[in-house]
Amino acid sequence: MAKNFKFKLKSHHLNRSLGGDIGINIVLILFGAFMFLPMLYAFMQALKPLDELWMFPPRFFVRNPTLKNFTELFRLMSTSYVPFSRYIFNTAFVSVAGTFGHLFFASLAAYALTKIAFPGRKLMFKMIELSLMFHATVTSITNYITMSAFGMVDTYWALIIPAFGSTLGLYLMRQFMDSSVPDSVLESARLDGAPEILIYWKIVMPMVKPAWLTLIVYCFQGLWNAGSSIYIYSEELKTFNYAIQQILAGGIVRSGASAAATVIMMIVPIAVFVVSQSNIIETMATSGMKD
Amino acid sequence: MSEKTVANKAAPKVRKDITKWQWIRRQMVVNKVGYLLVAPYFLVFLTFTVAPVILSLFLSFTSFNMLEMPKFLFMDNYVRLFLDDDIFLIAIKNTFVFAVITGPVSYLLCLMFAWFINELTPKVRSIVTLIYYAPSISGQVYLIWQVLFSSDSYGYANGILMKLGIINTPILWFQDTEYIMPLVIMVALWTSLGTSFLSFIAGFQVVDKSLYEAAAVDGIRNRWQELWFVTLPVMKNQMMFAAIMSITGSFGFGGVVTALCGFPSPSYCAWTMMHHLEDYGGARWEVGYASAIATVLFIMMIGCNMVINRMLSKVGK
Repeated sequence: MAKNFKFKLKSHHLNRSLGGDIGINIVLILFGAFMFLPMLYAFMQALKPLDELWMFPPRFFVRNPTLKNFTELFRLMSTSYVPFSRYIFNTAFVSVAGTFGHLFFASLAAYALTKIAFPGRKLMFKMIELSLMFHATVTSITNYITMSAFGMVDTYWALIIPAFGSTLGLYLMRQFMDSSVPDSVLESARLDGAPEILIYWKIVMPMVKPAWLTLIVYCFQGLWNAGSSIYIYSEELKTFNYAIQQILAGGIVRSGASAAATVIMMIVPIAVFVVSQSNIIETMATSGMKD
Repeated sequence: MSEKTVANKAAPKVRKDITKWQWIRRQMVVNKVGYLLVAPYFLVFLTFTVAPVILSLFLSFTSFNMLEMPKFLFMDNYVRLFLDDDIFLIAIKNTFVFAVITGPVSYLLCLMFAWFINELTPKVRSIVTLIYYAPSISGQVYLIWQVLFSSDSYGYANGILMKLGIINTPILWFQDTEYIMPLVIMVALWTSLGTSFLSFIAGFQVVDKSLYEAAAVDGIRNRWQELWFVTLPVMKNQMMFAAIMSITGSFGFGGVVTALCGFPSPSYCAWTMMHHLEDYGGARWEVGYASAIATVLFIMMIGCNMVINRMLSKVGK
């Protein structure tokens, strides 16, 4: 700790003017307020009793905080056509299945792409880099055709299988393996005659723990925030996010409950990020694109 | 399975006795386990990412409604897009306005704040990172802007302005064509400090500290010079990655508009190509025409990426 502190002081004196430091902090605080205050307001709204939600002039801070909005939200949930636990199960099932499938498929492919010199791997990786530029909507319509051909429309598979092949995860995993798994370790295992699948599972995967945590977080965020999908019609198969959106769309009468719903939807991804932040940063350090 | 796998042999030095193709063939056989390992991923990737793009390229030359066989039209869809479809021209204009403003601005914001945050101590740094990053991962939380700028006097913005006596009647923020674009761009920027931002934060952290000391000896005198001549050249790879993420984000923009202003937005004033695509593909089932829109969008993204790559090659010179 003391060592760090010393270094900090030293780097602080290097090419840093006091005026610049003050300026940077002012900008950080001002923009931080722009980022943070709306989030805080969302919290405040969720804690406001009905008369404070409909008050003129509106106040930023809550005066008599209450959890009524949350109980109201749970009451609304219990009156839904499909039991609310079903939506939660759907989201949990799709998120977990999609995330772990993606983690396994993508890390296996990333391992082969970085550490096995088979012809064509550069081309494969170029394709993945290129497809980072696709926006999902560009492919959603033609994907519908593919999915109906496979009989996947209106099943869980329509949400799970495409997640296996998402590109950002593979990309980050490959970059991380490329820079943090030394070839020498693999060479000695290969000389001992270890099969590749074993090397991947026993040696490489433990070494890239930050990367697979990052993959889990990204994949989970994507699936958690996935609202209504054009591939799903049945009410019983829809996700938690979709159900929350229905409540949000309920309008004025339910504005207390919808404020509570917003808070629940935002708290989960934030909590996941807080827990995994250092691992994600470590993975992102290798995210750069090499020519 | 494990019995069949062959240990990967180190690539031999250039040999004169075999041709290039023979050498590649041999590599393919020796490293065939590589194909086995990428196969599961690539099967899914090709089916759900590459095939749809190729299919939509093909369908963009046809008329197709998902029920009858596609009818070949050649360039008719494209002619109709650019000559007959006034709303598409609005969509192209709006998409460009969004992309030209939110793309570079969000990119620079990501870079600038990652740079600023890097000056903080580790504990403060992780808190500030969370505050800046949170809006981009919190799902539908941008709907809070609808509450802040709601069209009645209970909305925060209207309430303040009325109390101060600046306006007498509430402004219909998200319905008034005058305010929609600036407001939506503001919300877009609010949610834009995402993956690129984290990539930059990480990039700054791993820059070799001794480079700065060496640069100081070489005559770097302030933090701007340090950023331009030392840090950014080291982070070029991160900058490329972040550029791609920003392009995807800003050209694919549309969901926020739908959520805040409705579908379609009043007098199509915030109608983007994404909306046009959803309208024809999802609502009207004119798949051929929608595919042409998707193709144009895709070409725009690639073109933009090429321009940016060229610009980034000038960094640090």
